[in-house]
Amino acid sequence: MALAIGVPWGTFSVVAAPAGLPPAATRPVDFAKDVQPLLAEHCYSCHGPEKQKGDLRWDERTSAFKTGEHGPIIVPGNSGSSRVLTLVAGLDPETVMPPKGERLTAAQIGLLRAWIEQGAVWPDSLAVAPDPRRNHWAFKPPVRPVVPKTHNRKWPRNPIDAFVLARLEKEHWQPAPEADRATLLRRLSLDLTGLPPTLTELDAFLADRAPGAYERQVERLLASPHYGERWGRHWLDVARYADTNGYEKDQPRSIWPYRDWVIRALNSDLPFDQFIIDQLAGDLLPNPTLDQRVATGFLRNSVLNQEGGIEPEQFRVEALVDRVDTLGKACLGLTLNCCQCHNHKFDPFTQKEYYQLFAFLNNDNEAFAEVPTAEDVTKRAEIVLKVQELEDKAIKDTTNLPARMAAWEQSLATPQENWTVLQPKDWFNFATKFEKQPDGSLLGGGDLQLGSVMHVWYETQATNLTGLRLEALTNDNLMYGGPGQRGRGSFLLKELTVRAWPLVNPTLTNQVKIRRAVADEEAPGLGIDKAIDGDNDKGGWTPTRTIERRNQNHYAAFEFAEPLGFPGGTCFEVTLHETWDDQTKLDCHELGCFRFSATTNAGPLTVDPLTPAERQLLPIPAAQRTPDQERTLFSVFRLHDSGFAELNKQIDELWSQWPYPPTTLVLRARAQPRVTHLFTRGDRLRPAEVVTPATPAVLNPFPTDAPRNRLGLARWIVARRSPTTARAAVNRIWQEYFGLGLVTTPEDFGTRVETPSHPELLDWLACELMEPTVEIDGTVAPAWSLKHIHRLIVTSATYRQSSRVTPDAYARDQFDRLLERAPRVRVDGEVVQDIALAVSGLLSPKIGGPSVYPPIPASVGDTVYGGFSWPESKGDERFRRGLYTFWKRSLPFPSLSAFDVPSGETSCPRRARSNTPLQALTTLDEKTFVEAAQALAMRVLKEGGTNEVTRADFAFRLCTARLPTASELDALLKFWRQQYAHFENDTADAVEVALPDPGKLPPAVNLHQAAAWAMVSRALLNLDETITRE
Amino acid sequence: MQLADELRSEYARLVTRRWFFRQCGVGLAGMALGSLLDGPKAFGGTPPAPASPLAPRAPHFKPKAKRVIYLFMGGAPSQLDLFDYKPTLAKYNGKPVPPGVVMGQKYAFIKPDAALYASEFKFAKHGACGAELSETLPHLAEVVDDITIIRSMTTDSFNHAPGQIFMQTGATQFGRPCFGSWVLYGLGSEAENLPGFVVMNSANGLSGGVALYGNGFLPTVYQGVPFRKTGDPVLFLSNPAGVSPAMQRQTLDLIKELNQKHLGAVGDPEIATRINSFEMAYRMQTSAPELMDISKESPETLKMYGAEPGKPSFAMNCLLARRLIERGVRFVQLFHESWDHHTEVVKGIKEQTGLTDQASAALIKDLKQRGLLDDTLVLWGGEFGRTPMVESNPDAGRKLGRDHHPQAFSMWLAGGGIKPGQTIGETDDLGFHVTKDMVQVHDLHATLLHLLGFDHTRLTYRFQGRDFRLTDVAGEVVPSLLA
Repeated sequence: MALAIGVPWGTFSVVAAPAGLPPAATRPVDFAKDVQPLLAEHCYSCHGPEKQKGDLRWDERTSAFKTGEHGPIIVPGNSGSSRVLTLVAGLDPETVMPPKGERLTAAQIGLLRAWIEQGAVWPDSLAVAPDPRRNHWAFKPPVRPVVPKTHNRKWPRNPIDAFVLARLEKEHWQPAPEADRATLLRRLSLDLTGLPPTLTELDAFLADRAPGAYERQVERLLASPHYGERWGRHWLDVARYADTNGYEKDQPRSIWPYRDWVIRALNSDLPFDQFIIDQLAGDLLPNPTLDQRVATGFLRNSVLNQEGGIEPEQFRVEALVDRVDTLGKACLGLTLNCCQCHNHKFDPFTQKEYYQLFAFLNNDNEAFAEVPTAEDVTKRAEIVLKVQELEDKAIKDTTNLPARMAAWEQSLATPQENWTVLQPKDWFNFATKFEKQPDGSLLGGGDLQLGSVMHVWYETQATNLTGLRLEALTNDNLMYGGPGQRGRGSFLLKELTVRAWPLVNPTLTNQVKIRRAVADEEAPGLGIDKAIDGDNDKGGWTPTRTIERRNQNHYAAFEFAEPLGFPGGTCFEVTLHETWDDQTKLDCHELGCFRFSATTNAGPLTVDPLTPAERQLLPIPAAQRTPDQERTLFSVFRLHDSGFAELNKQIDELWSQWPYPPTTLVLRARAQPRVTHLFTRGDRLRPAEVVTPATPAVLNPFPTDAPRNRLGLARWIVARRSPTTARAAVNRIWQEYFGLGLVTTPEDFGTRVETPSHPELLDWLACELMEPTVEIDGTVAPAWSLKHIHRLIVTSATYRQSSRVTPDAYARDQFDRLLERAPRVRVDGEVVQDIALAVSGLLSPKIGGPSVYPPIPASVGDTVYGGFSWPESKGDERFRRGLYTFWKRSLPFPSLSAFDVPSGETSCPRRARSNTPLQALTTLDEKTFVEAAQALAMRVLKEGGTNEVTRADFAFRLCTARLPTASELDALLKFWRQQYAHFENDTADAVEVALPDPGKLPPAVNLHQAAAWAMVSRALLNLDETITRE
Repeated sequence: MQLADELRSEYARLVTRRWFFRQCGVGLAGMALGSLLDGPKAFGGTPPAPASPLAPRAPHFKPKAKRVIYLFMGGAPSQLDLFDYKPTLAKYNGKPVPPGVVMGQKYAFIKPDAALYASEFKFAKHGACGAELSETLPHLAEVVDDITIIRSMTTDSFNHAPGQIFMQTGATQFGRPCFGSWVLYGLGSEAENLPGFVVMNSANGLSGGVALYGNGFLPTVYQGVPFRKTGDPVLFLSNPAGVSPAMQRQTLDLIKELNQKHLGAVGDPEIATRINSFEMAYRMQTSAPELMDISKESPETLKMYGAEPGKPSFAMNCLLARRLIERGVRFVQLFHESWDHHTEVVKGIKEQTGLTDQASAALIKDLKQRGLLDDTLVLWGGEFGRTPMVESNPDAGRKLGRDHHPQAFSMWLAGGGIKPGQTIGETDDLGFHVTKDMVQVHDLHATLLHLLGFDHTRLTYRFQGRDFRLTDVAGEVVPSLLA
């Protein structure tokens, strides 16, 4: 058969239509009317949205027009060469299409043939076939619905209520009455700040009978700095925040500045669109603030594997998979991860679209930023100034300095050698895995072992190499940019050795003698000579020992005693003995990024001590340099002139006081973006086609003029026409107030989503977030104000309902989806602890800062890899809010994880809410809770009035915001008397029960009473009501 | 106290006293709510029958096994020195691996052309079935007719943390429920006074961390509860200093009374669940220490396991595992992570078999003599195997060790419907690749679930719009493993 199999387009020759092809239809054929329905009926099931057998899909023009392995599928104008016709007509003895089911009739084939012969016109508007899944409500931008009219006109306080009531009225149900005021204030306080109201706050509210009393409480609590803690913690779930790396060693990481940024951003009501932009692309904004760079920690919260023997690239890719997952769940409310391996089974997202999103995130270095305090900034400026003063004085006071410097500059004027970068043939390091970079350098990652030995093999055809140059290179992925791998970026090279052998005879190995070495800088006593002194263990070369010139490229050249190179090619092995320097306490480590070059120039070899910026100053005649320029060059010169040893020592002393502030993980865009491939079946070792950044077709279009980077992506996510962003945001807020979202799967608005309980309310809230309309006190909130949404919800009548439930109501709507009452919700794990600390008076109100280490039983270390270190916090730091507890991914804090605080391994937009015996044991017996009961008892004695009734009322009210009923009070008093009677007869027990430290007796306290109140307090802190938002 | 009285009576007015409690107070045990086992129900229909998420449930079909004891040998034991005898390796001992054999596999620490390293142990056939074991497993040799050895396991990951997480959850990344959680989710628990899924550790910490016994996206009630070797067996089990058991009971009575009153007032059945939780916590305060006290076991039993009261060990954990399942616990997960023999594999294997062989075999014997082996599944194995090549690295002070080897490794299974007395699967002459009856991790999981009465494709949980399962999108039951 004369088919054009494998013939390139250029030499294509027309062949006659094979016999047996049915005649073409004679009328003009319309693709939409005549062809596409045929394709849909007969082809889509194997070559459509669900499956793409042979990598072909008939619902997409680009796919249909490509060339298959048997040649072009469609050749416009030439039906005989179009493979599709051969197959549907059954002319290929091997294959027929469709392989199963009904074949195309002759008339249908004739239509298809005519369409091809008429030019195979496939209109742009149908380039992608309509997919019914694209009509899913959540893929269309929300349109503000009309607020419904309700029969009951009195109940609704704002549009939320109209939607809720309209739905209830449809069922002929009634909303519940308003909750009592004490319950309302406790509910409001817990919801907005995660803390219970104080008795003063309660009394003030109960006494405020003026109109607007409730709204005044709302404003007070929205303005509280604890609002950001409460709602920040929710976002941190979504952002999978944690304080350790996750896998195996699970090392600590410093990223709490990101957590604090979230708290501050919410407290200042940073508009949600900006909140997202800062987190996805703060670093790409023009002149980004430190805050905006810190915000990019959002994506950096991925887990990191530092196990020995890993492939760092594998886990970099896995981190990106996690970032796409988080982006989907947190920002878009969509689950995209199915598409890592194949097209989404249920939603109209393709695998290619997944990798196109992936491509947006694939172009960054895993950098980190310092977060200096104002004090740090001042101190640093002081040091810089003092150094400058010393240098200026030296410049002024040194005789014949210009001549000395001129000679030195002369020696540097032109680089002495031609260096050729060597491409490593192979390399090996026991633990740290190095990956070759495009510039020939090796970049380390993975496990960071102490005392590593690095071997690198090179091959050369040169026969007269005179020496090697080591370039220790900075890199964003290293601590402080390196070039050292860890610590503050210093490195120590203990010894460098070279062995060589002819390629033709690998057994003839020679140790290559190095006769001389030279370095750009040398720390005192740690000169380059120490790296070629034959001692692999002691001493070594490091260029720096203070912040000065630490985090920049450094160079050393090694001069061979005899030219190196065998006829027929040479292999040589460079071995670097390095270490974490425990001898000199200089905080030096292995090289994190380096490469070698070779030269054939005759010696003596040199290296350039100047940075490119410094080198630019050289041509400026000395007399014309500014004082700054002069000082800049002098600051290098003095390091190379033995006459300034004393000055250098003084300056070293100053630099050694340099404050190193806390750091945080950030993103930094690479100068050269990475190439992103689609990974076949999600396997990074099977890269397929190259993809470029693009967004899923079913969602809002990506603006043509927007940059295809993270910033463009972020702006696309928060565009007004984004169908899911605002819906997902308001839905998550709703979920926190009402236990379930309007959509019960906050992470998934895809086609399989359950019908929302109130679809119009969801859309109305989404529109109200983006384009506020409701006036409050005569003003309209700014766009994307989250506090506006909170305010609308908590001031609604819906929110203010009582949470009591009757059996009937429970039976007809167990989960309260229609909101005929307020739900009762057990508070989050952190808040369980916060309540105990707050009512007992122990709580530290401090906001932010490094994470803290409350007491933890030593036995939890049993299961922790590599032992367990828990530097228990002291004093007030033990009583910080739960969200500040140091979060170790491989060992989540037991008393919090018992209450469903998520592990931080993956994004968690919806917490579980369990009710277990382990929770009971925690609140009964865990140390912090026991101390809270003891402290509450002391408070009761001090502040609870003078008799048992007032004291019981006081304690009960602290825990629940209400007074006990008569029968509850009876039960409490009966218990108190029982316990008191016991302690009166057992002072030893009383001391243990009443006091956290029996060695420290407080003055003027009746210990028998205190112990009895500690028992009562413990019971109260364990009430279901205490840990529930009624 | 005028305000106080006013507030007290206001609250009382709002309470429809006791009506609800009278209806709900009876049969509190049946009222345990809060399970989202089937996801949130659509509103408007018949309310679902409240059921405890831990209530015992029947699986898809009649199970052979009702419970599981999983002896996880973390760090990856060398199959070549225990189960997979390779005489050919001795012939090529010290020679580099022929190119071609490694087939692109990356190794964690060694280069693919490292020298081959034959086992230094003697192997012999044992039992009626003639299973071949190394001399380091004399006790297992005694029960070899009761177990099935799989020599053809293979896995995806060659690093510990992801490898362990894969073995436990069916995925190399975090976030999925572990095998034990799936079993508890599927079957519930028969233990009234103990958690349904108990975890114990006898060696180093776990590379995979809590993910190895975590509930992933399943409800928290299905997570494994660690029993500790020091301090309280269960965290926070002891009363605070000075609180006697009697005072604890009085306290719980007060809490219960107040919770019941509040349940009557607000009607939320979740409070009934809370009451149940506190009662079970109280029972655990007695039952867990009782469980951990092995001093009443007979001297013969203690001797058989090699366990000593008061001395935490793998042997003690094996004995505790039996005690746990006797008390209705569904899943007992033991971890013993000490098999990562990058150096001196001979010494390492001797040490670790010395700590584990006797007790592992004793567990089989003990279960058998008590009639528990028939419906209890026992598994022994690690996260991958070790290389036929030697690992030696003067830089790291390593010599005569073995590196990580994902392509082929061995495990053994016993009881619970496993066909006893056989060795299945083969590897090539050098022990590199599986050549017969390959068992992938998902196949193992499918088979184990099958024995527990589940079609592994139907034991699912809806999360993020998708029905997840332990076996992801793979897994075939291995018929040759079934009795």
